[in-house]
Amino acid sequence: MSTAPRLTALDALHRSLGATMTDFAGWDMPLRYASERDEHVAVRTKAGLFDLSHMGEITVTGPQAVELLDHALVGNISTVGVGRARYTMICQEDGGILDDLIVYRLGETEYMVVANASNAQIVLDALVARSEGFDAEVRDDRDAYALIAVQGPESPGILKQLTDADLDGLKYYAGLPGTVAGVPALIARTGYTGEDGFELFLKPEHAEGVWKALTEAGAPVGLIPCGLSCRDTLRLEAGMPLYGHELTTALTPFDAGLGRVVKFEKTTNDGRFVGREALEKAAERAETAPPRKLVGLVAEGRRVPRAGFSVVKDGVVIGEVTSGAPSPTLGKPIAIAYVDAAHAAPGTEGVGVDIRGTHEPYEVVALPFYKRQK
Amino acid sequence: MSNPQQLRYTKEHEWLSAAEDGVATVGITEFAANALGDVVYAQLPEVGSTVTAGETCGELESTKSVSDLYSPVTGEVVAANQDVVDDPSLVNTAPFEGGWLFKVRVAGEPDELLSADEYTAFSAG
Repeated sequence: MSTAPRLTALDALHRSLGATMTDFAGWDMPLRYASERDEHVAVRTKAGLFDLSHMGEITVTGPQAVELLDHALVGNISTVGVGRARYTMICQEDGGILDDLIVYRLGETEYMVVANASNAQIVLDALVARSEGFDAEVRDDRDAYALIAVQGPESPGILKQLTDADLDGLKYYAGLPGTVAGVPALIARTGYTGEDGFELFLKPEHAEGVWKALTEAGAPVGLIPCGLSCRDTLRLEAGMPLYGHELTTALTPFDAGLGRVVKFEKTTNDGRFVGREALEKAAERAETAPPRKLVGLVAEGRRVPRAGFSVVKDGVVIGEVTSGAPSPTLGKPIAIAYVDAAHAAPGTEGVGVDIRGTHEPYEVVALPFYKRQK
Repeated sequence: MSNPQQLRYTKEHEWLSAAEDGVATVGITEFAANALGDVVYAQLPEVGSTVTAGETCGELESTKSVSDLYSPVTGEVVAANQDVVDDPSLVNTAPFEGGWLFKVRVAGEPDELLSADEYTAFSAG
């Protein structure tokens, strides 16, 4: 098997822009173009352009597509209307999280499942295996799409210049087919930055033209290309979980504080779905013996907590950092951490993070760190 | 990027000025600053402490990672750049000037410091 990294349709463009590239889940992706802090601020205040072509698209079609998805995923996909999208998860039989997903309903019997790059093959294999007995087709569409995101408060104005689609009528977590810069695209009002914005699923051969058109339309209002580094600090400030950090196969959605995505009251398949029994037990456990809670930590000092660092109180380990970074918006280091429920209340005194042997003081806060003004 | 001719360099990407009255200035190169990304925290050696050539004497933290800072020379630290402690982004914007890190009264140098041309070739390789 070749270990050469996969390249997106925009690879040559990234290199011409001087991007620092990084390996991400087997893909060579832009980490940053110049300063990741400037890119972060551009998305918060103006607009940023991302290549997300490494994400894994899987199409599910057929008369029983929705029954298959209700069986395979923890969400109630039956209630997703055409043109809408839903954040959900796929779990193992034991309730462990295989991946978090966005499912778009593109038509009456057509859905697109978007998986994280690092889990795309796992999700594809699971959906194929779970499709047995359903009159539905699972199609690997990872190579069929490039994905470009334009995120930030200026993004509606920028995209309006390039499309006739009714963006004002497009709600958050909705998607509709249209054209952008003269080529067909699925235009979705989704993102991973905490800002308003759009994700554009396109044919790879159209990616470069659309990227350039967006760059041109957005330059006057401050749009700049952005890499994965600022995407991570943006999602961290917005309190959004990242697979491999806040979500793993060792945790159920209830352990991750995301039990609300699990729907036991499904109408299809007599309510049965993969992981149901384990998840019912996990839900009960969460009621009677609260698991570690996901909290925010804000540094008083300037040293940055990283994933895996211990959260401490009175010299005792009470939790673990799952993600940490300096927050450009707050101007201080922040972290997401799993903390014992007894110490998880915002304002809990005396909490620190062990940063290479020193216990640095941190304030416990509720997530998210940042919420945009609507 | 160009590496100033009058400086000497280590393979750990520090630079060292020529000593004036026995005191040399230490910083990290533009190549290292670019590789780190935005520097957000700098822990510099304390004034009065002794640093040893090739050994860790502080750390530089960027958005994505933390890197040890090595001393290119042995000697006593006589100044640490408070401007960098207050505004670590100086390491990115002016690595060879305002972003210097500390000054040391040189007691001994390692043999293998690189010239600007040698370092340019090394960091390009």
